[in-house]
Amino acid sequence: MTTANKITIIVLAILIAIISLWYGQNHGLLPAAVAPEAEAIDGLFDFMMIIATGLFLLIQGLLIYTAIRFRRKPSDDTDGPPIEGNVALEIVWTGIPTVIVLILSIYSFEVYSTIGGLNPKAAKDEGPQPVAEETQSEQGLMASASDYLALGLGESPANQAKNLTPLSIDVNAIQYAFLFTYPDTGVVASELHVPVGQPIQLNISAGDVIHAFWVPQLRLKQDAIPGREAQLSFTPEKPGTYPIICAELCGPYHGAMKTNLIIESQQDYEAWLQQQQVAQSESLDNAVALENSNSLLTPYANQLGVNQQLLDELKAYSQ
Amino acid sequence: MTTPVSTSQTEPQRNWKDYFTFNTDHKVIGIQYLVTSFIFYLIGGALAAAIRTELATPESDFVDPEVYNQLFTVHGTVMIFLWIVPAGAGLANYLIPLMIGAKDMAFPRLNAVAFWLIPVGGLLLMASFFIEAPQAGWTSYPPLSLTMGQVGEEIWILSVLILGTSSILGAINFLATIIKMRIPEMGWFDMPLFCWSMVATAIMVLLSTPVLAAALIMLSFDLLVGTSFFDPNGGGDPVVYQHMFWFYSHPAVYIMILPFFGVISDILPVHARKPIFGYRAIALSSLAISFLSLIVWAHHMFTTGTPAWLRIFFMATTMAVAIPTGIKVFGWCATIWGGKLRLNSAMLFGIGFVSSFVIGGLSGVMLASTPFDLHAHDTYFVVGHFHYVLFGGSVLGLFGAIYHWFPKMTGRYMNEFWGKVHFWLTLIGLNITFLPMHELGLEGMNRRIAIYDAEFQPLNVVATLGSYLLAVSTFPFMINVVWAIFKGQPASGNPWKALTLEWQTSSPPLIENFEEEPVLWCGPYDYGIDVPPEDQQSVQELLSEVKTDMGR
Amino acid sequence: MQGSTVNPSQEELQYAETATTEQEHEDHRMFGVVLFLVAESMIFFGLFSAYLIYYFVMPEWPPEGTPELELLLPGVNSLILISSSFVMHRGQTAIKNDDVSGLRFWFTLTAIMGAIFLGGQVYEYSTLEFGLTTNLFASCFYVLTGFHGMHVTLGLFLILFVLLRSRRDNHYSSESHFGVEASELYWHFVDVVWIILFGLVYLL
Repeated sequence: MTTANKITIIVLAILIAIISLWYGQNHGLLPAAVAPEAEAIDGLFDFMMIIATGLFLLIQGLLIYTAIRFRRKPSDDTDGPPIEGNVALEIVWTGIPTVIVLILSIYSFEVYSTIGGLNPKAAKDEGPQPVAEETQSEQGLMASASDYLALGLGESPANQAKNLTPLSIDVNAIQYAFLFTYPDTGVVASELHVPVGQPIQLNISAGDVIHAFWVPQLRLKQDAIPGREAQLSFTPEKPGTYPIICAELCGPYHGAMKTNLIIESQQDYEAWLQQQQVAQSESLDNAVALENSNSLLTPYANQLGVNQQLLDELKAYSQ
Repeated sequence: MTTPVSTSQTEPQRNWKDYFTFNTDHKVIGIQYLVTSFIFYLIGGALAAAIRTELATPESDFVDPEVYNQLFTVHGTVMIFLWIVPAGAGLANYLIPLMIGAKDMAFPRLNAVAFWLIPVGGLLLMASFFIEAPQAGWTSYPPLSLTMGQVGEEIWILSVLILGTSSILGAINFLATIIKMRIPEMGWFDMPLFCWSMVATAIMVLLSTPVLAAALIMLSFDLLVGTSFFDPNGGGDPVVYQHMFWFYSHPAVYIMILPFFGVISDILPVHARKPIFGYRAIALSSLAISFLSLIVWAHHMFTTGTPAWLRIFFMATTMAVAIPTGIKVFGWCATIWGGKLRLNSAMLFGIGFVSSFVIGGLSGVMLASTPFDLHAHDTYFVVGHFHYVLFGGSVLGLFGAIYHWFPKMTGRYMNEFWGKVHFWLTLIGLNITFLPMHELGLEGMNRRIAIYDAEFQPLNVVATLGSYLLAVSTFPFMINVVWAIFKGQPASGNPWKALTLEWQTSSPPLIENFEEEPVLWCGPYDYGIDVPPEDQQSVQELLSEVKTDMGR
Repeated sequence: MQGSTVNPSQEELQYAETATTEQEHEDHRMFGVVLFLVAESMIFFGLFSAYLIYYFVMPEWPPEGTPELELLLPGVNSLILISSSFVMHRGQTAIKNDDVSGLRFWFTLTAIMGAIFLGGQVYEYSTLEFGLTTNLFASCFYVLTGFHGMHVTLGLFLILFVLLRSRRDNHYSSESHFGVEASELYWHFVDVVWIILFGLVYLL
């Protein structure tokens, strides 16, 4: 290898490294991050993006360069050099991916632990709960609201250290709506309101088929499985309105199963809660779901089978 | 070439009618597989075009939401079970006996049965559009699949069971043939890499497909008889289905890509005129992938009912798949590096395969990371990822294989100009269609939806236009194939001057493949070895020389 | 290769002939049977895994109110099935010594034992207090034993088929007795599956 070649390779390597480092942190592919959990996951994604960009440039560059530089000359019918392998090189390219995935695994493990995934209260799968007995009763739609702690993400170690008590909210997913119950006040809402800075713990369950609770801005997702309770914990940081999306196919109107996560100040949150309490104690006969459900879904209400009986069931459940 | 079979006076010719019968010749069956699966590819592609048309606008306006769910359910099922898996089996059928110097597969009649199950299962699935189409996705998760229409769901189950049986029978044949019927001189490490990849594929089929069958049998009981294996209302557990389903369906991804890893390992050395770089590493990495594939399934379930230890364990095993895959990709790059590249259509598709597959591989490693998967699971990021693997990987590999072995199968070359047009349209179309999906998913668009947020429309329009380009790209290919069969330039027995055994017979090969048992006179990829550059001796001449040396 | 029905062209007939002669000096059929049984065992592996997951994750297993399974009849039944494997093996030993009548005797005995096993199963089904859809355990019980019973039935037909074939002169000899070997291997497989199944469903 000549010195000129060495220099070219070093220059190219540095160039790839610079481009990867820059692009990995400026890809602009992710929406706003509104919780520390989201930021932790973004850090991981950026890191993976840096490595991926590097490898992408390396391999695509190699392919394009090879395809141009090593074309067969029109008159040349001979074979190329009979190189059958190179043990040192092969060890290198087995070793490098091994090291990369090892680092990625450890980093992912760290992040998963930071966001509360290893919290022993949430990380243990208690298995399906007996819903059979309950569904034989009249509230057939509802899964058991057991006291078991379930799978998913638990309280993050950082919040545990601060000794904050999380605000617990029950999420029940049904075709095609989310229902949020605030156990402390008994308020039932179709949108999720949370105060900023307050650790939240969602207890997620499903009433009919499998759904999933996803907020892209939180980078968090958890399936809602009928008969099981799952948990998701996060600490909202940036006020605003963000979409809550059902991410698991749940029927023809799956795409319309959306609502909002509203992160607001403590005062706004309390005012909203109070207003809800008053409204719900006054007019119990009003249609909770129809009134509050988002505009995208309302036109489908009839096709979805949202009728008086369903609403009664919901009401019975919410009490 | 002279008279091939002692029992017949003149060389028997294949009649076009043979291709419509229960023929037991592996070459006929191979072509039957390829043509049938290509027809289903067109059907699956039409469904994809309908899906993309619906997604050109945020509202649900082109088709009903129910119909939309049927479209993507059948699209997924067709593309997996009726296009890529059988197309891989078709290539394997055609090539394995030729590559190992055998007259036919180990069990020719079983082979024909395996093929004829494909149209049966396929037509059954197609019939569902006229009765009641399944609409619970190709994953068919209960309890949704138990509530979306009994008839459609049961048709889907039966059709997948039939197609699964076909692929199990095929796998038995491939393994028996490769293990037992190689010519005596051919040791394990003298086999073409395609055979290695088919060994790995067949092992996976044999070990994982039956588990899917078990899951579908249980699902049928739930659906028809009213048991509650997977129905929480009766005390069952839907997550058990997911475990069983993915125990098959993750290996299924490798079942779909590994044959084409083999194809690429065979195409690149021939057209680069260089030995494959690191034969043993590439051969054994296929087996490593097939082993790992059996212990990674739950990475599809990071957000469902899985406890933390399981999520972490499956993250680690999934990441480990990157190692054998990396060995292959770097091996391919090193193979073409420094060669004398013939950039014909087969080679272009081969290089295009590596290029696109790398993108799918990199996003695959990202998805393996549990915390990131919490965000990306069930979004368009995943859709983009697996289309890069299965379209950018498997389909490009398959087209490469067709351009490469078409002269062998028909005795005629395909047109190079239109082959290159086909390649560039496909490569550009695939990147326009599937690259924007990554961003869509990261920004917050989930998969399997007919109705989406208006902010995602621009990128969706791009993807839709790309998909139309992909649709257009198949026309040059189809015309090229039909034209080449009748009018293509005649090809010799070994048009690419390749060294594997299938090129030692005439094109198309005789009914029993070889005039006499072929001679293994060099390794499968010994390009540039023993051939002095100034000596323009052809492979044929060398072969005859070796034969005289051996006193034949 | 068993008898063929579809063979339209003359040329293909010749082809099939040569293929058959080819197989005489190298017979891969037993290897194929082994591979097939690997696939079969994976179906049972899937069903057993599902059962084990239920066993471990369900809060209560078997679910409340499931009547105890009786052990005596199935126990005797199991003993009959397991010993039938040994009986059957004597049939293969007999044919290896070119003793066709011995083969016939031992295989008939095996068939009878298999039929007794199936009869016992049917009797057990008829006396059980739960049905297919009573609860998860009941469904598992019926699907597992039923699926296994289907395999026993198939094995029984294979044995009867061998018996039928053995009436032809010189069909089986010490050199060529693929049918005997294959059906025996299948029967052993069905036996082993039953032992695991019995352990899981009745004893665990």
